Amino acid sequence: MTDFRPEELLADTIVRLIGDVRHVAVGNASPIPALAALTLRERGGGKPYVSLLGSRRHMFFTDGGRELFDCAGQGRIDVFFLSGGEIDGEGNINLVSIGDYEQPNVRFPGSFGSGYLYYVVPKVILFRVEHSRRTLVPKVSFVSAPGGNADNVHRPGGPVALVTNRCLFSFDRAAKHFRLESVHPGHTVEEVIENTGFDFDRPDDVPVTTAPSAQTLVLMRETVAPQLAEVYPQFAERVFGVALPKSA
Amino acid sequence: MAVIASSVEDAVAAIPDGAMVVVPRESSGVPMEATRALIRRGVKRLHLVALPTSTLQADMLIGACCVETLETSAVSLGEFGPAPRFTAAILGKTIAMKDATCPALYASMQAAEKGVPFIPLRGLIGSDILAHRPDWRVIENPFGNNDPIVLLPAIKPDFALFHAGMADRTGNIFIGRDRELLTMAHASARTIATVEKIYDGNLMDDPALSAGTVPGFYVDTVAVAPRGAWPLQLLDHYPADGAHLAEYAKLGATAEGFARYLDEYVYAKKAA
Repeated sequence: MTDFRPEELLADTIVRLIGDVRHVAVGNASPIPALAALTLRERGGGKPYVSLLGSRRHMFFTDGGRELFDCAGQGRIDVFFLSGGEIDGEGNINLVSIGDYEQPNVRFPGSFGSGYLYYVVPKVILFRVEHSRRTLVPKVSFVSAPGGNADNVHRPGGPVALVTNRCLFSFDRAAKHFRLESVHPGHTVEEVIENTGFDFDRPDDVPVTTAPSAQTLVLMRETVAPQLAEVYPQFAERVFGVALPKSA
Repeated sequence: MAVIASSVEDAVAAIPDGAMVVVPRESSGVPMEATRALIRRGVKRLHLVALPTSTLQADMLIGACCVETLETSAVSLGEFGPAPRFTAAILGKTIAMKDATCPALYASMQAAEKGVPFIPLRGLIGSDILAHRPDWRVIENPFGNNDPIVLLPAIKPDFALFHAGMADRTGNIFIGRDRELLTMAHASARTIATVEKIYDGNLMDDPALSAGTVPGFYVDTVAVAPRGAWPLQLLDHYPADGAHLAEYAKLGATAEGFARYLDEYVYAKKAA
């Protein structure tokens, strides 16, 4: 087996989840989804369109920050990525705080675009590298965006999967439930159960997540990593050894 | 007509205590030199609107006790971790927080741009963001059938404050693709900008430049501040100073460290 880094496995898993779509957007603080989206575009010879927030080169928007949201509201963004300080079994995500909102014990940065994009982007892929009972909880303290809504609420979008450092879950929107799809090489189902704060479905035999191919790894390391460094210089340096930009 | 101020200090002098000030996200030209000038002057009780997020700028203004109310969708130091003074202020309840989601801030600013009192937005229903915003409403879509939708009031800032690449002597400011700066200028009563340099000539004379220009009509004051976004990036000009941001993240983790940071990098100029 080829050696790969954990970030490469997660990005490769996300590449397969994205599938055949026209437009993938990547928000703030999302280096692994960005690695996945740019890898897919390299492999597809320029398809899909990728909009990488904070980038000049990998961003075609010309109408300011609002264009991402206007584009999504019209259904022109097919895939987006969200994380959470907490994520619960119904797909609710919390990017705000733990404890009482007025008097929190823990404060996260804030909801970013989740309170909108989770509703309108058809395929939202959740990613949370730290897979623990602290992050994957029975019920979130604060709902930045709910996993689902009542039938009369305009909700063409929502979660399709959750990728962590231990495994891949799919999400059934009708049942509001996660299902374990595969565990990453070196991890076990028991470990996933032990570290997950919510119930989930699982098949009798849980497959092992497919490792990235040698070809994919070369693409990520040689072509995509330098592209990533524009928006995520620290990540590109730490994971791929791309030299940090000089700031005089 | 727009004034070219002789210093950044002079440019921000018009911003009084208690003003509502809108500032842009990290990738759109954050006026850090102007922020340091505001902190040195000791501005108080700002209602800071970060469109739609912020990093170092909001964290420093909060840490220096300049902010009474913060309205934004997120504050962090990006790749350098949580925003320490923002986090401490929320946990210590020293600022009023109006949590939003990015497109809500853009939409509210667009309502002000159009001169209308409110604007509808999809999403938000069933979230605790909405539950904690008594100023936001849910109505039935009057043109639909059983279709609830959120209404947001316009946000009309007293000042828009940003940093850009260049301006001409009549106050036209070249912003290129960063068009939320135009929205900010349209929505705000007054606009103050710092720029890397003055452009010789009129930006409106060149169609390639005029399409990416905030007309001087909307602009009150411009001041030249070379590397005025430092230690943050100014896209197309210079990258972020990663080593400095790492130092800030470390010092900002405690009140004492943050005070040392201000002494060294903000107040030092006053003493010099």
